[in-house]
Amino acid sequence: MSSLAEVARHQPVVISRVTGDRGFRRRLMELGLVPGASVTITNVAPLGDPIEIEVRRGRLSIRRFEAASILVDR
Amino acid sequence: MTEPRHRVALCGNPNTGKTSLFNLLTGAQARVGNYPGVTVDRRVARLRGRDDVEVIDVPGTYSLVARSTDERIALDVIAGLAGEPVPDLLVVCVDATQLVRSLYLLLQAQELGRACVVALTMTDEAGAAGADPARLAAVIGCPVVPVVGRTGLGLIPLRHAIERALVEPPPAAPWRWTPSPTLAARLDTVTAALPAAWPRSRGLALWALMSLGDDELSGIPDDLRAAVATAIGDQGAAIDDEAVLGRYTWLDRSITPLHGASTHRRLTDRIDRVLLHRPAGLLVFAGIMFVLFMSLFTWAQPAIDLIDSGFGWLAGAVRHVLPPGVVADFLADGVIAGVGSVLVFLPQILLLFFFLGLLEDLGYLARVAYLMDRIMRSMNLHGRAFVPMLSGFACAVPAIMATRTMERQRDRTLTMLVIPLMTCSARLPVYTLVIASMFPAGSLAGMSTKSLLMVAMYAFSVLTALAAAWVLGRTVKPLKAKRLPFVIELPPYRVPRARDLVRMMWSKTRVFLTEAGTVILACTVALWALLYFPRTLPADAPDYRTQIAVATSAGDDAAVKRLEGERDGLLLERSYGARLGKAIEPAIAPLGFDWKIGVGIVGAFAAREVFVATMGVIHGVGDDETRLRDKLHDERDAKGRVVYTPLVGLSLMVFFALACQCMSTLAVVKRETRGYRWPLFMLVYMTGLAWVASFVVYQGGKLLGF
Repeated sequence: MSSLAEVARHQPVVISRVTGDRGFRRRLMELGLVPGASVTITNVAPLGDPIEIEVRRGRLSIRRFEAASILVDR
Repeated sequence: MTEPRHRVALCGNPNTGKTSLFNLLTGAQARVGNYPGVTVDRRVARLRGRDDVEVIDVPGTYSLVARSTDERIALDVIAGLAGEPVPDLLVVCVDATQLVRSLYLLLQAQELGRACVVALTMTDEAGAAGADPARLAAVIGCPVVPVVGRTGLGLIPLRHAIERALVEPPPAAPWRWTPSPTLAARLDTVTAALPAAWPRSRGLALWALMSLGDDELSGIPDDLRAAVATAIGDQGAAIDDEAVLGRYTWLDRSITPLHGASTHRRLTDRIDRVLLHRPAGLLVFAGIMFVLFMSLFTWAQPAIDLIDSGFGWLAGAVRHVLPPGVVADFLADGVIAGVGSVLVFLPQILLLFFFLGLLEDLGYLARVAYLMDRIMRSMNLHGRAFVPMLSGFACAVPAIMATRTMERQRDRTLTMLVIPLMTCSARLPVYTLVIASMFPAGSLAGMSTKSLLMVAMYAFSVLTALAAAWVLGRTVKPLKAKRLPFVIELPPYRVPRARDLVRMMWSKTRVFLTEAGTVILACTVALWALLYFPRTLPADAPDYRTQIAVATSAGDDAAVKRLEGERDGLLLERSYGARLGKAIEPAIAPLGFDWKIGVGIVGAFAAREVFVATMGVIHGVGDDETRLRDKLHDERDAKGRVVYTPLVGLSLMVFFALACQCMSTLAVVKRETRGYRWPLFMLVYMTGLAWVASFVVYQGGKLLGF
């Protein structure tokens, strides 16, 4: 199992688990990043961080630090 | 105006067109107040054509779960807590292109038992892939009205839906997921422990179970906290999982099939391929920031000069009409100059907010945060702090007002605290005077040392501002960065609406004039009085009145000017402000400053550039800057040594770079943080920093033999 931070651009993956302390993971999950959801990295900022992701046909950007706490199945 | 009979709360995710919709629904100017204890605007207005219906604009949010006081506002308004009236109806802005995420908030509101009407925005962008409103309404159990904020299309049906729902509220929607027996038992325990003033609602109990624990909320009764802590035990994450997954499972099953694959982002994606590209995106970014910076720095100047000369003319006219004396001086130099010193900020405020509003509505401001986050974050700053800090090079006042574009209080306060360290344009006249009069000409690697010094002062200010942010963000408790996920939404590029832009610019200006402007005016008048009274000359002074009269009748203008300069210098020297300057001499002597610089520092509190004028008067040369430069250059002490050496000049510039020498900045920080705590903190930390740095420069320089 790897984290979302290690996934290549445009490769769809499915979230298997969200780690981190309670407030941290709750906020990610409330944005739709829940286990079972399909996520694709659509863009990486010119300086390498943050990344833009597509989840549930919506877009949002998170930092690599946050992406690292989202575990995915490839 | 009469008490409203009905209250409607307008809520939704950020970037859903909520503000446009609020403006369209209400039409008239909104009353902008504030929520107690936080710096979030509370905007309220009457529904257009219905004076008995009040509409309140709830700050944009993705969820009602809250960790901090500013995040809790949405719950307070929606549930009618903390003194907020219970709304009769909720209008939920739902972005048709982000349907599932937008509806997550609706589910939370429905769990709290609120009657809702959905305003489906961005339907034009969703196009054919968008959900059918009638089918959506049937699934979510409340009226759904498509609206297009840009054109106002759908506004009348939305008004009708609101008016109908107020007469006959839609039935309460059921919870979309069934809590497990364990969670149900926890909900019952916590419901029983809710404060008496709160409604007995399982929705509120769930809110408490998900929000309380590691939060920073105030005003939560200890009984409730204890009940929640016992109910949660070590199962906090399991409760969150169950609720969030429960809602999303329902949304995925019921909502996702209603809409097709989105195509709306194609244009945005194509633009982003350039604007978020390396290096093209960074170049465009640099170009846009350059234009913004230049507009504040140079384009605002003609308007500023016009205001300056306009008020100068007015002061002259008052002097012409009134007999010379205290009243004329008070009106001309105190009141008129004071009003001028407030209005002079307007060109930059209007320009900055024009650009900010334009970039925000276009969708580019979010991209600025996206592009700059990596750099800004390493200094504990938010990516969105970039534009306010850049604006700080022009003037700290509009820059501090621009921190509003950040959602979190902590990010706003930290940015405000470091903005005044940037080299604002008011420091330039001071640096110019000091460099011209205290430093020898010379050159280094083909550039004159004088211009290199100026460049060095800019670099110094950027470094200190970033370093200060890094240190403050690590040491001052309320400013410490929480390791919380930080989401930047990159909205599709959109065409801004001129009406919303103008409205926003006007509302910022009005807030500045009424709340910060009055404080600035009062301080200007007080400072004027400090440097004006008691208006006495020393007993051994020459009889200036007679001498000036003689020189005037002889037509010797140079002599009149010289005599007036001498007289004004002596009058200022005996003023209360100058006595203050002398009193602080022991404190500033270790920095290499004499009492005359002390008087200049007191005067510069009105605005840094006033230092030059005050130094002119105290040195008896009036407003003649060339003579002032010569005077400073030639000044010798009792033993014939140069008073204003290059070392003194450097120490003075370092002091001006760091000291909080600007009451307008403090007035705006007070307004933006709603209290005296942060402006006082700013005054103390910046002035302390300035003193220490100047001390090190001067004493260190002396040790090194300069």
